[in-house]
Amino acid sequence: MKPIIYLRCFKGIVLREALRFFHQKERFFSALVRPLVWLGIFAAGFRSVLGVAIIPPYETYIPYEVYIAPGLIAMIQLFNGMQSSLSMVYDREMGSMKTMLVSPIPRWFLLISKLLAGVFVSILQVYAFLIIASFWEIIPPITGYFTILPALIFTGLMLGSLGMFLSSAIKQLENFAGVMNFVIFPMFFASSALYPLWKIEETSEWLYYVCFYNPFTYAVESIRFSLYSQFNFEYTAGIVIFTVIFLILSILGYDPARGSLQKKGGS
Amino acid sequence: MSTALQIKNVSHKFGEFKALNNVSIKIDSGDFTVLLGLNGAGKTTLYSLITRLYNNNSGSIKIHNFDVREESSDALKNIGVVFQQPTLDLDLSVEENLHYHSSLHGLSFADAKERIEEEIRRIDLTDKLKNKVRSLSGGQRRRVEIARSLLHKPKLLLLDEPTVGLDIGSRQMILKHVKSLCKKGDLAVLWATHLIDEIDKGEKVVIIHKGEIVESGDVLKIVKKTKQKNIRDAFNKLVGVKV
Repeated sequence: MKPIIYLRCFKGIVLREALRFFHQKERFFSALVRPLVWLGIFAAGFRSVLGVAIIPPYETYIPYEVYIAPGLIAMIQLFNGMQSSLSMVYDREMGSMKTMLVSPIPRWFLLISKLLAGVFVSILQVYAFLIIASFWEIIPPITGYFTILPALIFTGLMLGSLGMFLSSAIKQLENFAGVMNFVIFPMFFASSALYPLWKIEETSEWLYYVCFYNPFTYAVESIRFSLYSQFNFEYTAGIVIFTVIFLILSILGYDPARGSLQKKGGS
Repeated sequence: MSTALQIKNVSHKFGEFKALNNVSIKIDSGDFTVLLGLNGAGKTTLYSLITRLYNNNSGSIKIHNFDVREESSDALKNIGVVFQQPTLDLDLSVEENLHYHSSLHGLSFADAKERIEEEIRRIDLTDKLKNKVRSLSGGQRRRVEIARSLLHKPKLLLLDEPTVGLDIGSRQMILKHVKSLCKKGDLAVLWATHLIDEIDKGEKVVIIHKGEIVESGDVLKIVKKTKQKNIRDAFNKLVGVKV
């Protein structure tokens, strides 16, 4: 199959995702409101309670709002990843996923295209958030707005492929609500999104290790460093490894020979 | 005449439940074949295997000589599918839905535009092209799905209970449209249904019951073989159920 065929297919999948996103204005609105509530209410309340020491990549003491901004950016991508996989479960239940899966283009390419389409949408949300966050004086160096982009692509891919894997493993839409509770909240709270890891280590060692090995922590820290135009090899490598694992699992999940699709049955 | 679909000795299980047992079907180009069976007979499972949504672990499925498992890209290129469940994106327009499908088959924008105009004209919905799918009636949505399934010019069209839930007028219109497609070219059609009145004399029928093909061939031949007055009685006799 010629490369142009793949390119057209990719363009079509991204365009559909973008059209769906722009048609559903409330989705855009709610995706922005969620982190802004954390920023405007939670962070304001915790500002006086939590003191954040000088830790890389920051060079001075920073307000709590500045500390949690990367975590909230990762939260946007986490929700987006889960939401697009939720739509895959919905599409599968409603049948529209089938039209994609019966395309002659290899299934791994279709799934990765769908994943990248979701990442593209999440990046739009992140930049909208960054613009609004500047009113809270969350203003990274101007280069940070550019250097964050590759990090967002990788973290988006990681969280999206996690969601895609979950969607392949889940039978029904109802079960997905439970997974949201068991995946989103634990991932978010047991990470460095709201408090630095050294603070957690002071309180509980086992929790520190949970947070340390949580893929979401890698997403948050990678975004944090890239927002300040710094590169952290450890976190980037972690994201690449987690992405590859989740991606392989989700492609296997949607593989007709091995996957869980046909176990779901129908007659 | 070339063979559009050749299914040989295909069985399929869900756990311990045997959904299909040693199924063999052959459809030639230009044939309109009805796959007739009650709900739960195994029609949708068979369609899922032909379209590679499920993998066939036994037997072989070939579409224009391409094996669905071994040469899936070439095989899938030749298939157009209308699924039992509606699969259009309700929040997108008819045109956006059709362009999305064209891209999944790698068509260029210009080619897609031309074919969309042609197919939409054929189903008489040109004025609805810019409308959201949500605003269309059930029958109109089905017609759009049929138009969509033909955009990449497949040689085999699979329709899984396409008229379920539609009023009589829409049912007749869709049936007539698909049958006319067969007559015009070498398109082969496999039309799954549990509605016997969708079968005309002289057509080919494959009767499936509890995952097995219990009879296949021309309507008249089956009626004669079962010594019944019509296909309805023949079907009732073969499956042992009054429908």
